[in-house]
Amino acid sequence: MNGGRLLAFIILVATVVFVAVGTIWPNQSGSSASDVKATLMGSSSSPQGAVDTLLRRIANHDWENAYASLANKGEFSETDFIRDLMGSYGSLRTYASLTAFDVKQLRIADDRAQMRANLRWASVVGTFQDSRNLKVIRTGDRWQVEWPIVKEPRVPPQVIPVNYLRWDVIYRGPGDDWGAQDVESPHVRIVAMHPVDRGGHVVLMGELLNDDVVPAFVNVKSTLLAANGSTLATEDSFDKISHVLLPKQVSPFRIDFKGVRLSQVDSIRMQPSSILVSASADPVIGIESQHLNPAPDSSLTGQLVNQSGQVVNVAHVIGTFYDTNGQIIWISDQYPDRALLPQTPVPFRISVPPDISAKVNNFRVVASTYSASRFE
Amino acid sequence: MRCLRTLLSVALAAATSLSAAQTSSLRIPPRVEAGTSFSIETRGSGAAVLYIVGPADVLRRNVQLGESIAFGPDDLHNAGHYSAFLRGGSASESVQFDVVPSHQPETLSFLAKPSRLPVDLSGGISGVVYIFDAFRNLIIQPQQVSFVLSVSDTPPQTRTVTSHEGVAWVKMNSASRAGLANFQATAGNVEEKRIIQQVAGNPCRLRMNARNSGARVALETDPVRDCSGNPVPDGTIVTFTETYAGNQSTVDVPLKRGVAKTELPAHKGALISVATGVVLGNEIRLSGGQ
Repeated sequence: MNGGRLLAFIILVATVVFVAVGTIWPNQSGSSASDVKATLMGSSSSPQGAVDTLLRRIANHDWENAYASLANKGEFSETDFIRDLMGSYGSLRTYASLTAFDVKQLRIADDRAQMRANLRWASVVGTFQDSRNLKVIRTGDRWQVEWPIVKEPRVPPQVIPVNYLRWDVIYRGPGDDWGAQDVESPHVRIVAMHPVDRGGHVVLMGELLNDDVVPAFVNVKSTLLAANGSTLATEDSFDKISHVLLPKQVSPFRIDFKGVRLSQVDSIRMQPSSILVSASADPVIGIESQHLNPAPDSSLTGQLVNQSGQVVNVAHVIGTFYDTNGQIIWISDQYPDRALLPQTPVPFRISVPPDISAKVNNFRVVASTYSASRFE
Repeated sequence: MRCLRTLLSVALAAATSLSAAQTSSLRIPPRVEAGTSFSIETRGSGAAVLYIVGPADVLRRNVQLGESIAFGPDDLHNAGHYSAFLRGGSASESVQFDVVPSHQPETLSFLAKPSRLPVDLSGGISGVVYIFDAFRNLIIQPQQVSFVLSVSDTPPQTRTVTSHEGVAWVKMNSASRAGLANFQATAGNVEEKRIIQQVAGNPCRLRMNARNSGARVALETDPVRDCSGNPVPDGTIVTFTETYAGNQSTVDVPLKRGVAKTELPAHKGALISVATGVVLGNEIRLSGGQ
């Protein structure tokens, strides 16, 4: 009995101590969205405090105070600062919000410190990370951040001649006779397919070719069947595919089946579908300087270059990775957070699992685009 | 309608059986063409009611037995098996007769598939015609149907087939020349047209040229054609791939005016290849460049 009372007393004391420690010395290395919305009364008496305060102001769109607190604000305008963080031209970044960040101190010497801030942004297509190396300098008794501005490029006024090519479709009308002809759906076919077991889940990867002379909106649906013919799972490629395929264009596709192991699967039923859609052959996107980086930071990096005159608001990059036998071993994707301005390179980075990276012999990258003006 | 017909059939069946042994009071032509005038002769005396029940029509007429009952061209349109029932007066009986489709085709339902196909495909085009009269009755009597597939500047393909149970069908080859083909079916004085788009096949001999343009290399294909010499349609994607020192650059370019052109960074020793769909073209190794 005495032992039980002693244990209860120890737990009580420990709880009080931890609450007190957490209140007096809160964890400054990581903040979540709720922290961000909390107090802005951060301290500028330390490099960590200065960076935290700045990032909280950014998360709250308190641009005026955030800009005013910078040590190098004379080098750029507040508008440049906002454009750096919130993007422009309707890019993915313009629809994103800063949900969390963490700050690491790299080094500190006298009145200068080097910090790394990892910003986590939430967007409609998932989260993306933004890492910035920040210099923090002491001015009197305050620490101030030197913001490493990334100035959004501006395209000089010019005329870029483009011979637009687009397809428009006239479908069969409601008053037409039942024998009246309708436009034929585009012919598409699967030219490669490879199921693998990864992390205890079936991942189905392949490539789809638009074999026709008209554009197609495509999707791939797949059903896993057990040996007794029962359906184990049905999924489709969702956004792991380029949905609009121009004639003779090939798109990779990946379908993830959570909770199904490959050993359970006896056969797979593939259902590629295609719909004839109005489409434009532009813009043309060059994918330059593609490079496979080895582990530990295994990734495929490169640059997207918009070769047309139309601004691309959001781009989607999908990488297909092959082994020495030409077999598809992985497909992954990324949405660059910047808009693609004409003739202006935008970097991209597709993560590749380290174990896959070691087996990659070849790769192929495709980019699909969304331009708001196309739909206006 | 079907319910009414059943009720009438049941109600009048008894009367019909009673009068079976008697002399027939109704004289109806065994076959009546839809949309034509005809008459029914009656015998006996007194007033009676005549019912005519068919697949989609029910008629009721008060008649005076011994007189002729006239029906106009608007009375019976739907082909099928009909029953005539007579009740009242000195007679009570039923007679069966058929209404057949008009012999003159009025509309054709023409199914032409596919609406788009590659050139030089044997038996690739199918045409199916359903022949209807003015009242949308399927004309099941054999009819001559001619199919003509024509592309400009080439002799047309013609086939004539006889319909069977109201349907005529044919298979035809796509021409070796790309373009819009008129596919026409004719039965009697009625014709129906469909457009078949005959498109170029897979590219043949895909070939590109490279030209240094400062820090970049300008790439352009020769006019891309299929194996029959047809130009591959604009919009077809051509992929240029440049590999150099462990790096790679690619660009998907649509054909415009028959050729695909783009620019890629010029790297000395880079290997540039070209492909469209599953067809590979030539390769070029850059000797100049950066």
